[in-house]
Amino acid sequence: MASVIESKKACAVNPLKMSQPLGATLAFLGLDACMPVMHGSQGCTSFGLVLLVRHFKEAIPLQTTAMNEVTSILGGYDNLEAALINIRSRAAPKVIAICSTGLTETKGDDVEGYLVTARKRKPELADTEIIYVSTPDYVGGFEDGYQHAISAIVRTLVKPLPVNPQQVTLLPGSYLSPADIDELREIIEAFGLSVIVLPDISGSLDGHIPPDWRGTTLGGTTLEQIRTAGASAYTLGVGEQTREGAQTLLDIAGTPFEIFERLTGLEVNDRLLQKLAQISGQAVPAKYRRQRSQLLDAMLDSHFYTGGIKVAIAAEPDLLLAVGSVLVDMGAELHCCVSTTKSAAHALLPAQQVILGDLEDLELGAADCDLLITHSHGRQAAQRLNKPLLRIGFPVFDRIGNAHRRMVGYRGTMDLVFEVANLMLDHVEHHHPGDWPLSPEALQAAASVATLETV
Amino acid sequence: MSASLKAKIADVFDEPGCEINQGKSDKDRKKGCTKQLAPGAAAGGCAFDGAKIALQPVADVAHLVHGPIACEGNSWDNRHSASSGPQIYRTGFTTDINELDVIYGGEKRLFKSIREILDKYNPPAVFVYQTCVTALVGDDIEAVCQRATAKFGKPIIPVNAPGFAGPKNLGNKLGAEALLDYVIGTVEPEFTTPYDINIIGEYNLVGELWQVKPLLDALGIRILSTICGDGRYNEIASAHRAKVNMMVCSKSMINIATKMEQRWGIPYFEGSFYGIGDMSDTLRQIAKLLVKQGAPDDLLLRTEQLIAVEEARAWQRIAHYKQRLTGKRVLLITGGVKSWSVVAALQEAGMEIVGTSIKKSTKEDKEKIKEIMGDDAHMIDNMTPREMYAMLRDARADIMLSGGRSQFVALKARMPWLDINQERYHPYGGYEGMVGLVHEIDRAIFNPVWQQVRIPAPWGDDGETLGAVSANGSA
Repeated sequence: MASVIESKKACAVNPLKMSQPLGATLAFLGLDACMPVMHGSQGCTSFGLVLLVRHFKEAIPLQTTAMNEVTSILGGYDNLEAALINIRSRAAPKVIAICSTGLTETKGDDVEGYLVTARKRKPELADTEIIYVSTPDYVGGFEDGYQHAISAIVRTLVKPLPVNPQQVTLLPGSYLSPADIDELREIIEAFGLSVIVLPDISGSLDGHIPPDWRGTTLGGTTLEQIRTAGASAYTLGVGEQTREGAQTLLDIAGTPFEIFERLTGLEVNDRLLQKLAQISGQAVPAKYRRQRSQLLDAMLDSHFYTGGIKVAIAAEPDLLLAVGSVLVDMGAELHCCVSTTKSAAHALLPAQQVILGDLEDLELGAADCDLLITHSHGRQAAQRLNKPLLRIGFPVFDRIGNAHRRMVGYRGTMDLVFEVANLMLDHVEHHHPGDWPLSPEALQAAASVATLETV
Repeated sequence: MSASLKAKIADVFDEPGCEINQGKSDKDRKKGCTKQLAPGAAAGGCAFDGAKIALQPVADVAHLVHGPIACEGNSWDNRHSASSGPQIYRTGFTTDINELDVIYGGEKRLFKSIREILDKYNPPAVFVYQTCVTALVGDDIEAVCQRATAKFGKPIIPVNAPGFAGPKNLGNKLGAEALLDYVIGTVEPEFTTPYDINIIGEYNLVGELWQVKPLLDALGIRILSTICGDGRYNEIASAHRAKVNMMVCSKSMINIATKMEQRWGIPYFEGSFYGIGDMSDTLRQIAKLLVKQGAPDDLLLRTEQLIAVEEARAWQRIAHYKQRLTGKRVLLITGGVKSWSVVAALQEAGMEIVGTSIKKSTKEDKEKIKEIMGDDAHMIDNMTPREMYAMLRDARADIMLSGGRSQFVALKARMPWLDINQERYHPYGGYEGMVGLVHEIDRAIFNPVWQQVRIPAPWGDDGETLGAVSANGSA
């Protein structure tokens, strides 16, 4: 429904957007025993690493090809080969996942070609899978990088297999937390289905204490599982950003798919459960009937605080749709919507318009709003405007427990609805005796008759 | 890389203090002393990162990053050097270039961006940062800045330190060069005093500078400018009228101190605000140099009196902790000046240093560590996370002090950790900060949570019992 307005500004102020390689990296972090690599200068990796660490509060395996000024000009083959060999010998990952950056794309490095050469020249890499995705910094954003990374994983590793009718593949959007993924897995398994989650950050970034120190990711989708995805009877995608991956699975393995534009909210979850009942031939478990009823009650209890509020929200397209739609379901009005990049999701958003812009646009549009919703960088604007801020998406660096925040399924929707309502409750206006003063005219009128006559 | 940048880097490396340079032939010296990074085994920031870190604390200017979204979108709002006033330095500005800018060049977009910033925010100056992609396609930010300065009548300062030029440390220096080339010496201060100093390479993290400033105020010493913690454009522009320069982080911007000495004859010294003894030495040095530069010599006596009072007070406040912390072992993973200034501080609290990293330390830093720690100096050149983890797991240290990125090495080994780098929440400057540091270490080590997290699962599936901890969970 929303029309998309592209910002005319030359200068982005307080950027909302993050880069494609960073999004691709998040996807790669959901693979087991993986080492993601950014093919670029050291800083490209370092910035992304800091954000990931601060959001997840976990050690993040992430490497760089450490391009310098000379190798940037001459081409990065030597650096790439050296990186592969160094990583192979130091961390021994099962998968090395490479994404390009603005620097190496501008130069025009042919990484796919490089990899063919490296495979030939370095037989010691034979036991390591290598995935590559092209992610120039100056095109698209975080969600685009994540999306392309999923397709790259599928293209590289999935082969068609005889169909297992009890197995489905779940493609989670980049904004789903480890807890969200666990929630969806639990729902799918409750129907007696087995599920391959691709990629699965719930194994690697869910905050647990491993018995030993490892240089690679600590869990996630295993190589075995990815290969088995070729046998799935169905693909379920969460968010428009998973469409490309689902399409690639269809092209390669012939797996039919459905993309759920969001899984936060009542109706979409009804649709999911119906779909799962169809695929599995089983009735919806009693547990979810009860959760649904709880969600209805939660929405009733919360609507007093969300009804009629004006919301300013800035997020990546799919997250914007998920959170924005639920708020509209709860009676709120999306007054100012800002997003990062073009997406089919914007067409579904129940708002007048979406600006592809930055947090300056959010701040300007939020002046007469009651609630700000965006990532942690929005806290400066919220402070200046003295308004409540709901932190969503990535990065949320000034809150802990992000991995365990849940907003999908009936339960997750309930969590989110409560969070918003409680935030609004915190900011309920308290009135004071002086809040309703009389007008000077009224005061004057009440003061004395003589004054009135002189007016 | 442009010829001017190449010359600039060569110039930056013409550094009398650099031990690597001193040992080289003239020809090799020209190549500079950056280490080649190992692809697939490198970590840390780039030159752009370094330049931005060095200059971002100038609080009243707009910092505009000319490049694709990664450079600013992934990094802004990440470190907080506190400001006592303006907040514009915390606003992220970037040209966020697209494919067409890569093909046709982004200079027009840059120029328009500068105009938009001046129209909307009206800062006294704009700093423009070069990045890899825009450098590679040949955008001439110097020319754009020159044109913008002429057109808008405000200083628009190019900071030419694209990421691929080298590591973070080089970027610090290139950022400093931008100040030397375009800022320092361009404004005259309203008045001067015989007590004017600059503080260089101090970033006022968590307001640390303000733990020190009252000491200087009490002595009548005026901070003419700080480069760059809580810095202001016009103060830095008039920094050339100071009597003395103090270098705090000696490796990051030493070129400012050496060049200001060459150009305006301002003597400098390297000091530290960390540790009680170091803080006192710093005050003495400032007083001594100011007197040498013509300040009345009663300053020396007043300084000693202040030191006596402050030291006594700090010792008294630390005594309480010293008793509890004596014998506790510290693993210190940090860089440069902190690897020795903090060592001294911890020893003052009775703690034992089982290792200190020297990865980013200069020859002088290493000498100082040896001097402080004697023959037992456990200098660690380049410790891998796995080695740190093993050391903590085996309880060969009671606490690790490091930056945020290696915190999980300690936490996963279920050992106390304290942040002493840029993302920390507690200030550790001066006498005041030292008491604070010891307090935080005490709080970390004696937190009952460590006993809790070391209790092995009764069913025994979370790895072996940890290090020095017995089965009943006592530390």
